[in-house]
Amino acid sequence: MGSRNWSWLVVALAVAGCSKDKAEGPRASGDQGPPQGPPVEAVLTHAPQVPPATGRRAPARVQVELEVKELSLPISEGATYTFWTFGGEVPGKFIRVRQGDTVEFTLKNAPDSKMPHNIDLHAVTGPGGGAEATFVAPGMTATFNFKALNPGLYIYHCAAAPVGLHVANGMYGMILVEPPEGLPPVDREYYVMQGDFYTQGKYRDPGEQVFDFEKALDERPTYVLFNGAEGALTGDRALTAKVGEKVRLFVGNGGPNLVSSFHVIGEIFDRVYSEGGSTVQHDVATTLIPAGGAAIVEFTAEVPGTYNLVDHSIFRAFNKGAVAQLKVSGPENESLFSKGHLPAAGEQARAGSAGVPPRSAP
Amino acid sequence: MSAGRWWLWALLIPGVALAGPQRVQLGPDTYRPLFPPAPGEEVQTVAAFRLDVTPVTNAQYLAFVKEHPRWQRDQTPGVFARPGYLSHWEGPTTLGPQVEPRAPVVRISWFAARAYCQARGGRLPTEAEWELAAAASATEKDARSDPAFTRQILEWYGQPSSLPVGKVGQGRPNLYGVEDLHGLVWEWVLDFGNTNLGQDSRGGGPNAASFCGAGASATGDKRDYAAFMRVAYRSSLKANFTLGNQGFRCAADVAPQERP
Repeated sequence: MGSRNWSWLVVALAVAGCSKDKAEGPRASGDQGPPQGPPVEAVLTHAPQVPPATGRRAPARVQVELEVKELSLPISEGATYTFWTFGGEVPGKFIRVRQGDTVEFTLKNAPDSKMPHNIDLHAVTGPGGGAEATFVAPGMTATFNFKALNPGLYIYHCAAAPVGLHVANGMYGMILVEPPEGLPPVDREYYVMQGDFYTQGKYRDPGEQVFDFEKALDERPTYVLFNGAEGALTGDRALTAKVGEKVRLFVGNGGPNLVSSFHVIGEIFDRVYSEGGSTVQHDVATTLIPAGGAAIVEFTAEVPGTYNLVDHSIFRAFNKGAVAQLKVSGPENESLFSKGHLPAAGEQARAGSAGVPPRSAP
Repeated sequence: MSAGRWWLWALLIPGVALAGPQRVQLGPDTYRPLFPPAPGEEVQTVAAFRLDVTPVTNAQYLAFVKEHPRWQRDQTPGVFARPGYLSHWEGPTTLGPQVEPRAPVVRISWFAARAYCQARGGRLPTEAEWELAAAASATEKDARSDPAFTRQILEWYGQPSSLPVGKVGQGRPNLYGVEDLHGLVWEWVLDFGNTNLGQDSRGGGPNAASFCGAGASATGDKRDYAAFMRVAYRSSLKANFTLGNQGFRCAADVAPQERP
């Protein structure tokens, strides 16, 4: 609850004028001049990991290389699907740059690919988001450059024909453009991306599953998944945090069809960068993430336990796979959360002195 | 004399079967392109033509490069074939034990394929000819609205090309007697750049607007995803590309006096 109290202070400051001026005044141009220093090779990560903060204070020339691979991977227990991937997994590798950076982007298409592919990065200002410049046949490579003019969290996806099929096969990922000053430090950062999948078999049918065109057209997914597979982020593969740690989730939605009502059961987001933009919303339980969109959510893990991340269009969570988990370990704090009747008044005072002050005494 | 008769004899003599193309005659007919070149041209006429029953094999192409050394992989300049041309063969004039002689030749450029067909008294099929032949199932002339037919094609397009390419002529011939149009390799067509989706399939050039209002309404069949994927694939090609899952077959004109 402590962080929630602080959040009211932030709102108060905003009303007093500080943030408001920033929002309404002229914005600094994202073009901060030519890149400085030697080229930097971007650190790319598979989900749920996130590359470290760039830590840069000047625009750089950043080299990013992604290879498209068509691979049969597990979609559920005992079931596989031939995904089309940016970097070998769904979602694609996470890219992190800084506003003002010049990104030299190379897209490779693996020689054993069946199809041509390309990439449309929503962080790009320019035709097709790079799609035209990166359209590559199997075994070929293409490079283009863009300046990251706007800060924010953006998705990228394949835009080769038929676009819907390429996206339905898992061709999406995310790129974070840090603001010049970077994001405030937190203890944990994770990368979670939702997508809907359409197979001719039923939910959890075993064996290799094949794309179902009719279901995709009718927007009737067989699976709705976080990070490309049922169970990608549950059990032993759950996200982890310790009590007291600040957690930041970069959450994207590749679609192709569904909008996500993203919620962490038992948590309240202290801060949400709605739609991945610069406006921070406070005290949100469920945030809407459009297909082809993203959000940054932040909260402090205060009570130990297992927290389920869901699309709160809830049949998707319980019947189509849209569940991930965050396991928070650490000491119980019964003043925040406990079972049964509260202890007698004398006992309660002792419990209160152990940690966070009672809510009635701000 | 029917076109089918002589090659039945050829089958009895393996050497001849490898050397001589087995062609069947198709058309004249009409073809409805996915992206009509212009309003009012939704239906194109396809004159009678002959088409190879199967894609050109490694063995057939090996015989060709022995006859035409300039198309051996160490003789062919990069403008006509990128590095990688026939790189799966053991040597410029040897297949080696890893290469199946009866599998379709791949890692072949458009220039090389065209030269082969010319040397064999033919040419590459046009996109319209190829699509006309490829629309037929074993029982139907135009099976594109048959879900089972379409599903099989889409399943193949959905799989990576990592498996070794199989031998030609192992599947079921279609209504015209043509085999392996689907499920083995991508195939060059003469005018592969004819329907260019543009590099970004969602807008742009005259044929490109597959997802925009005008273009979508002009599309022959918006749900013919298989044809759509072939067009997308062809749009990504350049004539000197030598891709690992691309082969070809030849076609030939039918002389006017022969036409039905």
